[in-house]
Amino acid sequence: MNGSLAFIFGLPLAVVVLFFALSAYERRRGIATGPGFFQRNGLAVGLYLVLAVGFWAFFIILLPQLAMVDMSFRPKLPPAQMGGPKDLYTLENYRYFLFGSTTSTAEWNWLHIKAFFLTIGVSILITLINFAICYPLAFHMAQSASAARLRVLLLLLILPYWVNEILRAFAFRVLLSSGGIINQLLMGSGLTHEPIDFLGADVGLYMGLSYAYLLMMIFPLYNAIESLDRNQVEAARDLGAPWWHIHAFIVLPHAKPGIASGCTLVFMLTAGALAAPLVLGGPRTLWFTPIVYDRFYQAFNWPQGAAYAFILLVSCILFVLVVLKAFRLSLGEITR
Amino acid sequence: MAAAVELEGVNVTFGDFVAVRDANLTIEPGEFFSFLGPSGCGKTTLLRTISGFIEPTRGQVKIGGQDMKGIGPNKRPTALIFQNLALFPMMTVAENIGYGLRVRGVPRHERDEKVKTLLIQVALSEHGHKKVSELSGGQKQRVAIARALAVEPSVLLLDEPLSALDLKLRQHMRAELRAIQKRVGITFIYITHDQGEALTMSDRIAVMNAGVIEQVGDGRAVYAEPRTPFVASFVGENNRIRGRVSAVEDGFATLDTPLGALKGRNPVALSVGQEALLFVRPEVLRLHANGGTSGFAGETLDVAYEGSVSHITLRVKTGQKVTASVGGGVPLPAAGEELHLGFTPEDGLLLALPEGHGR
Amino acid sequence: MIPGPFQRVMFALYTVIFFLYLLGPLVVMGVSAFNTPQYPQVWPIDGLTLDWFAALFADQDMMTGLKMSLWIGLLVVCISVPIGLAGAIIMTQIQPRVRSLYYLVVVSPVLTPGIIIGISTVVFWRQFTGQTGTRFLYDGVVLTVLGQASFISAYCMLIILARLQRFDRSQEEAALDLGASYPQVFRHILLPFLKPALASAAVLAFLSSFENYNTTTFAILSDKTLTTVLAGRVRQGSTPAISALAVVIVAVTVIGAIAFEIYKRRADAAAARRQRAALEAEEAELAGTPTPAMG
Ligand SMILES: Nc1ncnc2c1ncn2[C@@H]1O[C@H](COP(=O)(O)OP(=O)(O)OP(=O)(O)O)[C@@H](O)[C@H]1O
Ligand SMILES: [Mg+2]
Repeated sequence: MNGSLAFIFGLPLAVVVLFFALSAYERRRGIATGPGFFQRNGLAVGLYLVLAVGFWAFFIILLPQLAMVDMSFRPKLPPAQMGGPKDLYTLENYRYFLFGSTTSTAEWNWLHIKAFFLTIGVSILITLINFAICYPLAFHMAQSASAARLRVLLLLLILPYWVNEILRAFAFRVLLSSGGIINQLLMGSGLTHEPIDFLGADVGLYMGLSYAYLLMMIFPLYNAIESLDRNQVEAARDLGAPWWHIHAFIVLPHAKPGIASGCTLVFMLTAGALAAPLVLGGPRTLWFTPIVYDRFYQAFNWPQGAAYAFILLVSCILFVLVVLKAFRLSLGEITR
Repeated sequence: MAAAVELEGVNVTFGDFVAVRDANLTIEPGEFFSFLGPSGCGKTTLLRTISGFIEPTRGQVKIGGQDMKGIGPNKRPTALIFQNLALFPMMTVAENIGYGLRVRGVPRHERDEKVKTLLIQVALSEHGHKKVSELSGGQKQRVAIARALAVEPSVLLLDEPLSALDLKLRQHMRAELRAIQKRVGITFIYITHDQGEALTMSDRIAVMNAGVIEQVGDGRAVYAEPRTPFVASFVGENNRIRGRVSAVEDGFATLDTPLGALKGRNPVALSVGQEALLFVRPEVLRLHANGGTSGFAGETLDVAYEGSVSHITLRVKTGQKVTASVGGGVPLPAAGEELHLGFTPEDGLLLALPEGHGR
Repeated sequence: MIPGPFQRVMFALYTVIFFLYLLGPLVVMGVSAFNTPQYPQVWPIDGLTLDWFAALFADQDMMTGLKMSLWIGLLVVCISVPIGLAGAIIMTQIQPRVRSLYYLVVVSPVLTPGIIIGISTVVFWRQFTGQTGTRFLYDGVVLTVLGQASFISAYCMLIILARLQRFDRSQEEAALDLGASYPQVFRHILLPFLKPALASAAVLAFLSSFENYNTTTFAILSDKTLTTVLAGRVRQGSTPAISALAVVIVAVTVIGAIAFEIYKRRADAAAARRQRAALEAEEAELAGTPTPAMG
């Protein structure tokens, strides 16, 4: 117990001390010049900077993540036994993800595994689809729209995002429900006689997910393409390059950071989405986040929930790394 | 009275790069002192060392006789006018000028009085309430000066303050700056790469090159008595001819050059056999002159008529170009014409070749 | 560039479909807020009514949740903007060799799914407050604010950093040179320069906090915010009162956006006026109107 407290306060302290030691070393070696940190900012402001960033980086970002990872490797115990002799590190929670309860007869925990891979797969698919949907409009806005039209387009794009995620998902439910306007139209035109169960078939969920994060794709794309000199496209056109050539060899390479940034954002948001599956998912819907949620608030098995959350986190990190690698970019280039 | 600013063996290095090398200098109180040198020679660095933004790597900066080591820019009795002025855009003109007093805790009414006086002095009394962005270039300039003077510094440092201005305005501001300095009587240290500016305004000038102060003296001295080839060619126009010293006689020396033997003054005591450079200003070269003077011939390439003077460019035997400036009333040659150019030994100047200069 | 007629038609068609997709669901929902049936319905319009708005405002849970959301939003602004500011300043001062590591740490919340942030916040603070005897801090509001602050501070930092990178260091030096102390430089020069970015950061922080669900639903514990109440309502079944809420939110933000636009245009006009004045002064000076001599 006290060991972990010592860690919680010791780690930030050690890192801060390390930073100042590094700075003192650089100053001594003449690598860094100019006033030192506290001289440059003054004592009060300097303390504010160190404390604010230290609290943020450690108590809000790093330590909670570490605590979650730590918990995911511990058994589920009643509070009285925590830290006791039974509180040993274990892989039980990860074993459960793969093989299910020890009493179950099935070989694998298919339900959770399927939900996980479906979530990842569908998220990748939705990311690609959103890219395809957004690219033409982003290109148009960045390269050929007049200023007045651009203002209108931007306004129209932002408008839906003033309402929150749950309401956006709800709008799809209104739209796609069996008595909804789409089914009315389909039946009215005689295409079907029975209302189609969009929501039960998860069509609603996937549409809602794609819809929910469209903006996260279009703005990074737009920003990236906008910085491309219009003359460059014109010149290529004058030289007789076919349109696909211009996009493949001029626009897309230039927009790489924007594409990467849009894709990682959309993937992360989709894979981590909780509102849309809750609102648009049916009882048989497979999605990973509601399962994580249930570990906490249905099964009351926090260590298991932590393990599931960690699995999701790792896959998101992997996705970001793969994208960075594929596009040969650094993290700084995609988070602007 | 202690010197306003003293530099004793000041060196400033950035990593391996030496920006200022071994600067030794004494600037007197009430002096208008200029640093003149090409872009990147370390002028700004030296000024920032005096104002306290850079600590010298070696050596000492003294202001008013006091060592400034460890004293930050906000504690030094200097005020700096930045190359880009650095006026505060979120404040009005009056607030800008009063800022130094505000941070010193001068009471409001006293501060307002002072700002009002300064506004009148820099002819901006109508503009005190305006934002800085509403002012013209010249007005901004004057705000910056008033802001610096408000804190009554003992030394005012100016980093190319006129470089952003239009030519006409620049000339007007020269006179104005000089007048302000005379009136307030404090030391001005002025940085410029414009020799016209340095020569017209300064009491003394330090000519800098590649981090080294090459020569210190008044305008006449650096123009007429340069002590290094760099100063001779950087301050004013100069023709340069290379050769070897063949004879020395009290104060004069003769140089063997591809253009013949040429005689000039020998202030740095060159000895026979040494390689040297002869400098002759365009305005001392005479056309068709003969007898008793050193001289050489050349082919006229170009004649630029400017009214009161004309600049004639010639090509001499070695292929080098030489310029001569002649006053009005002198008959001008036509292009292609062969000319003989002459000068008296008093007008020629011999200087040692800089080290490592193998051209 | 001159696209052919076929391309133009295709692009127009695409744009229409795109915006149908984007705005259609909202329009449908908006219309259902004014239609009488119990279940959100667009067509046929059985009759116009404002009852659903009345039902919305009569919903005690929603109103409590709304108050809670506003309160949390305010707290998040008060925490995230100062943290984001400090984060941005540190970013410009930190030693180059550790800068990318620092960047990775503080930007990571932006790329972390919200539920994971919520979970880890709860896990850590439950443990921490238990061990330090500060159980009173294990509270829905505190945890939600902390959880949201992790990524909202990063948004704020990115906004402030963008402006900070355009800061002219010589302003700072000029103030120092005039005798200002370091804290004075910070208050008088840096903060006013960053003011627009701080304002945008505050607005963004509030909106992100107000509409957050994923992190909040874990961190809020037994309390309720507007979004968690809403999620519960939506799961129970659809009622047009929910559509009414969307209409209210859109209306409020559109009015806000319009007000902001008007304010911005005025500011732009004032700046343009100043620019013109400066140009005129410049011309007058160059035309040789002698500026009054000094002394
Ligand atoms: N902080 C620094 N780190 C590394 N090198 C620097 C630094 N500041 C200046 N230098 C270098 O020192 C040299 C002198 O710079 P300085 O600004 O003093 O020149 P300057 O004479 O003022 O030139 P200019 O007329 O262009 O203003 C330049 O080569 C510059 O690149
Ligand atoms: Mg300079």
